[in-house]
Amino acid sequence: MPVLTGKELRIVGFLCNWCSYGGADTAGVGRFNQPTDLRIIRVPCSGRIDPLFIAKTLINGADGVLVSGCHPRDCHYAEGNFYARRRLEVLKRFLPILGIDPGRFDYTWVSASEGQRWQKVVTVFTEQIHALGPAPRYDAVSADMLAKVAGALGQGGNRVAA
Amino acid sequence: MRIGVFICHCGSNIEGTVDTATVAKTSLDFPEVVYATDTMYACSEPGQDGIIQAIKDKNLTGVVVASCTPRMHEPTFRRAVERAGLNRYLFEMANIREHVSWIGKDREANTNKAVDLVRIAVEKLRRDAPLAPSKFAINKRVMIIGGGVAGIQAALDCADGGLQVVLVERESTIGGKMAKLDKTFPTVDCSSCILGPKMVDVAQHDNITLHAYSEVDSISGYVGNFQVQVKKKATYVDWELCTGCGACTEKCPSKKNPDKFNEKIGPTTSINIPFPQAIPKKAVIDPTTCRQFVKGKCGVCAKVCPTGAIKYDMTDAIVTEDVGAIVAATGYDLFDISKVTEYGGGRYPDVITGLQYERLLSASGPTGGHIKRPSDGKEPKNIVFIQCVGSRDKSLDRPYCSGFCCMYTAKQAILTKDHIPDSQSYVFYMDIRSPGKMYDEFTRRAMEEYGARYIRGRVAMVYPKDGKMIVRGADTLAGTQMEVEADLVVLAAGAEAAKGAPQLAEKLRISYDKYGFFMESHPKLKPVETNTAGVYLAGSCQGPKDIPQSVGQGSAAAAKVLALFSKDMLESDPQISRVDIKRCVGCGKCILTCPFKAIKEVDFRGQKKAEVIETVCQGCGLCTSTCPQGAIQLSHFTDNQILAEVNALCQS
Repeated sequence: MPVLTGKELRIVGFLCNWCSYGGADTAGVGRFNQPTDLRIIRVPCSGRIDPLFIAKTLINGADGVLVSGCHPRDCHYAEGNFYARRRLEVLKRFLPILGIDPGRFDYTWVSASEGQRWQKVVTVFTEQIHALGPAPRYDAVSADMLAKVAGALGQGGNRVAA
Repeated sequence: MRIGVFICHCGSNIEGTVDTATVAKTSLDFPEVVYATDTMYACSEPGQDGIIQAIKDKNLTGVVVASCTPRMHEPTFRRAVERAGLNRYLFEMANIREHVSWIGKDREANTNKAVDLVRIAVEKLRRDAPLAPSKFAINKRVMIIGGGVAGIQAALDCADGGLQVVLVERESTIGGKMAKLDKTFPTVDCSSCILGPKMVDVAQHDNITLHAYSEVDSISGYVGNFQVQVKKKATYVDWELCTGCGACTEKCPSKKNPDKFNEKIGPTTSINIPFPQAIPKKAVIDPTTCRQFVKGKCGVCAKVCPTGAIKYDMTDAIVTEDVGAIVAATGYDLFDISKVTEYGGGRYPDVITGLQYERLLSASGPTGGHIKRPSDGKEPKNIVFIQCVGSRDKSLDRPYCSGFCCMYTAKQAILTKDHIPDSQSYVFYMDIRSPGKMYDEFTRRAMEEYGARYIRGRVAMVYPKDGKMIVRGADTLAGTQMEVEADLVVLAAGAEAAKGAPQLAEKLRISYDKYGFFMESHPKLKPVETNTAGVYLAGSCQGPKDIPQSVGQGSAAAAKVLALFSKDMLESDPQISRVDIKRCVGCGKCILTCPFKAIKEVDFRGQKKAEVIETVCQGCGLCTSTCPQGAIQLSHFTDNQILAEVNALCQS
């Protein structure tokens, strides 16, 4: 069964087990209403998230990807979220090169006690993705978009070469 | 794989907004799913029996349960599938309660989402491998951080249970906040009479090592094998030689320093012992006020010390303690009353905190138990108590109730009448919260027997006029404004997290809430555990608590430690990283990344390779996403599994 056509978009959340997954649980226990679009994939730590997962998710047809972990300095594994932060920052800058609107990806920090914060994060992110609309399918990518991507790739390639 | 899927109703918790029968029916279409059903309470005994029966009847080799959060019942169901003869890691959960049924009412959308969550659980399970835990030895010593009443209780219970205990206290004496109290509610028994003997027990117990005037510097290791570096701060007195005779404090010429133990309402000397019953009863020099340190000449204490214990050149020392479990019992701090500027705390000497008033009431306090107001030393007649200062106040970012202030104010109103029979107490309150045993009776006694006037309403401002403090507030029951001429104003300051609590939490790798209090593993069912194995909580570091609750939690934490140490070997979680030796190029990036030093370099037929130390690895997977070769994979959360979940969501 696909996401409900017309109602929902495909939004994938990668959440660390200790803080944000707990925060999402806290939001549930508190019965804080949220949009239903987001599906959560549980990982042990935000540092477990390979930026490639996010790129692949977006290329595979997700309309948005949200990553959430423990607040910096509050990681169950001491420093996993610092690694996550660096990688995700780099990814954010890299997404346009892949031809993906960086607005389709975001990362946040939500602790296990912050149910209300999680509700807000989900609501705001879902609204943001709905504002962008469904991600363009590759068969529907315009020549204009392709040219943009090619330009970006050229730029990126030059930078690597230099 | 032959997968069975069980969709839990959780009574009406899930069934109310998710069509579980449809979810079960749809699950049958997923690859390798051979059986799917919905069940009333999957976690109950009949529910678990149903799963076990189905595993046997349908010859299942993997199980998915869609119910509550895995943070709640994953261990329960893993044990259940194990009872049926399956490996406990051939099990996955879909969270369709906290993440679906409880956060929206749209039945169609919820059902659809639940199906998706089951689908990704199935896809993950298809790639699960059976895992077996390995065993490692435990060091059966326990460290307790904080020597307040909760820490003392935990230390004594552990020590009585035969464990070696290391108690770390940052002040020069144990006792914590309770040692500063004069009497305790609701029995009005003397605080030091009930705490003192316990403190002596700590000092005399063969199993307890006390590091007073010490702080935890860093912590490494994991459950069963922690290494803790403890910084013993320089006291400038050799405690081996100091007998606590007090000759130094008598002769110390620097006598006008604010006394921390007396909450800064009395003076003290630069070298001092906090109070007569201090444990250990040893002197400490405060180098910020000591003339020898500030001016470079004095040396009186060194001259008068009969044992030659004074050592001006002492430095901080680090000792390493190896322990198997840690109990955090670091307590709380009082709310800073100067933040409520309209009450004038910190500006007017006759506006004081409840704890300062406690020192005025105490026979061992700066006034010898005579209530004298700080400004002129006169005995106050009209005393106004203001409750909820730094509690239940959103504007001060302290929205929570501190819990014990109602009770200590009632106690202080009662004691005031005992000390000064012709006095009159006024208590401005918001609500009276006295839910403990004999608590409500106690506050009633304060009103009815001791004539304390309770006024329901907030105080708007406090200001001085003609040697009195004018307290202006509202009486919301009478619907009038009112003004009281007070000789002394006592603010019932609420509790906040101890200074440095977040920093300690980071060292312990435990979570803390937005106010800095440490977070328990589960608010109801795991109140003294944390999410880090082997680290427990006791007392007010977890949230404001009164003495009985703190003591209860101290004992509870001790029971948890004793239960942990009742085994000789612990099982390590097998969800750890593993190196594919053929793909590993020996670059060593994983070794640099691992926060636990759980990966070492080994020589494999003349080539450098990485190897995971099984019992040290905590299963975070940092190495997995770092490895450029994909050679190191976190079991149970492999790249293939996560990407399979992604595909299930995107391509369905």
